[in-house]
Amino acid sequence: MKKLSSKLYMALVFGFLYIPIFVLIINSFNASKSRTVWTGFTFDWYKKLFNNEVILNSLVNTLIIAVIASVIATILGTAAAIGIFNMKRMTKSLIINITYLPIINPEIVTGVSLMLLFVFLNIDLGVVTLVLAHITFCVPYVILNVLPKLHQMNRHLYEAAMDLGCNPMQAFFKVIIPEIMPGIITGFLMSITYSIDDFVISYFTHGATSQTLPITIFSMTRRKVSPEVNALSAIIFVVILVVLLIMNIREIRAGKERGDV
Amino acid sequence: MTSKSKFLAAPYLLWMIIFIVIPLALIVVFAFTTTVYTDLEGNLLSNEEFDELRIEYDNFYDMADNELPYKKQTVFTLTHIMEVSNYVPVLLNSVWLAIIATAICLLIGYPLAYLISRMRYGFQKLMLMMVMLPMWMNFLLRTYAWMTLLERNGWINKLLGLVGIGPFDMINTQGAVVLGMVYNYLPYMILPLYSIMTKIDNRTIEAAQDLGANSLRVFSKVVLPLSMPGVASGITMVFVPSVSTFIISRMLGGGTNMLIGDLIDLQFLGNAYNPNLGSAISLVLLVFILLCMSITNQLNNEDNMDGGMLL
Repeated sequence: MKKLSSKLYMALVFGFLYIPIFVLIINSFNASKSRTVWTGFTFDWYKKLFNNEVILNSLVNTLIIAVIASVIATILGTAAAIGIFNMKRMTKSLIINITYLPIINPEIVTGVSLMLLFVFLNIDLGVVTLVLAHITFCVPYVILNVLPKLHQMNRHLYEAAMDLGCNPMQAFFKVIIPEIMPGIITGFLMSITYSIDDFVISYFTHGATSQTLPITIFSMTRRKVSPEVNALSAIIFVVILVVLLIMNIREIRAGKERGDV
Repeated sequence: MTSKSKFLAAPYLLWMIIFIVIPLALIVVFAFTTTVYTDLEGNLLSNEEFDELRIEYDNFYDMADNELPYKKQTVFTLTHIMEVSNYVPVLLNSVWLAIIATAICLLIGYPLAYLISRMRYGFQKLMLMMVMLPMWMNFLLRTYAWMTLLERNGWINKLLGLVGIGPFDMINTQGAVVLGMVYNYLPYMILPLYSIMTKIDNRTIEAAQDLGANSLRVFSKVVLPLSMPGVASGITMVFVPSVSTFIISRMLGGGTNMLIGDLIDLQFLGNAYNPNLGSAISLVLLVFILLCMSITNQLNNEDNMDGGMLL
């Protein structure tokens, strides 16, 4: 009885989470332009989507910005984490607190503050300001993922490498970097995800010709009827599903091998 | 590592100052200043006098040769901060809706996180993936999905029509805004709760049962206290984006249910262009959120101290 009710409860919550998405996907095959009348099956919206230059351009923009911003954020953040790790306690905690600001700040405040900065410095809003803004909100995630790895690392590893004949550069790239690699990778992946997904901060820092995908989606949803949005949602959903499935199957297998079942 | 390696942080420190510290300082500066125009002798111009001078200048002078007949000045003022008090109803409404949304997320998310944390490892991972999957879809698409469902001739009203009730006006109401917040931010409640609960050892719960506690007491004396840190971070992670959203209210509230976020957006990119007032409202929002967070942190610390003293 208890088991049954908890299963029912989980089914209800997951239903709540997924039904809206399934409605979008079903509607993407609906021949009618209306969101609520079913008139027949069609692939038209997918064809229209792939011929829609605005969407394709903004997709390219989104990917370019995400890659540039997260690569720079990862390098900047990893170097910063190593530097911060070696600082004295007071400066360290001050810098970490400031680093947390973009994460705890409401996104709208970060967006507005960056917009003020760019207007103040007379930089035209465009791809450049988008990249700068995206780096700014990605770096903290890199730092906060790399710092714990540095704390876990054995402090004497570096000295050992030097004793065994490495020069400082070799010790850094052959010993320290591999040790903190998992943190760097997580930071990079988080950066790329947040950058692709970001709407609010991009909304305040983009120019007329530098739309990212979320901004294009926003302008599409403002029109009453835009069935291409449904087709786009369906594609995004399937892509994310496949990526997550691959990641999780690998993780569960790794977990089974370790024996944490 | 040597102490020299702290210089690796130098590029980031510069970045941090330019892109985190200065922008926030600009918000403070804009919130407390305003732009005024004076004539060349430094006398303050009223709006009408300024318009007159500007029109005269635009019409009769060749731009290249002549000096502007007025000067622009930035002066300290409290008017914008005072003006925020005109919007207290909007602020209260945002806070109220965000509190309701956070409470509903906690009520729905807590049992779910607990159930997931008691499953087998493989199932836990699968369920977590199912919680995260909608989160990875852009929130605009998720909110758009609810527009389709809630419309007057939308799917829910059609379904209700089949059993002979409705149609109800569901979209463009405060309820729809709260629903949008709950739907979008529920995963942010479930994930921190789960990550704390998965650390609760089943044997602790069994020990409490063996010692004669009924389910209610097991919950109130063991599970709840141990999961408090997760509750605190879940509340912050749902409350902060809910109280500052401007898209959910625009898409599901139909523009009539203004929230703080909409107000800020209006001052920067909307019709009411006034960055000074916008900065003042942002500053109020920021201070309010920092205060709330220090309170939740405090609650958390006190709980830990109680636990420590009992031991």
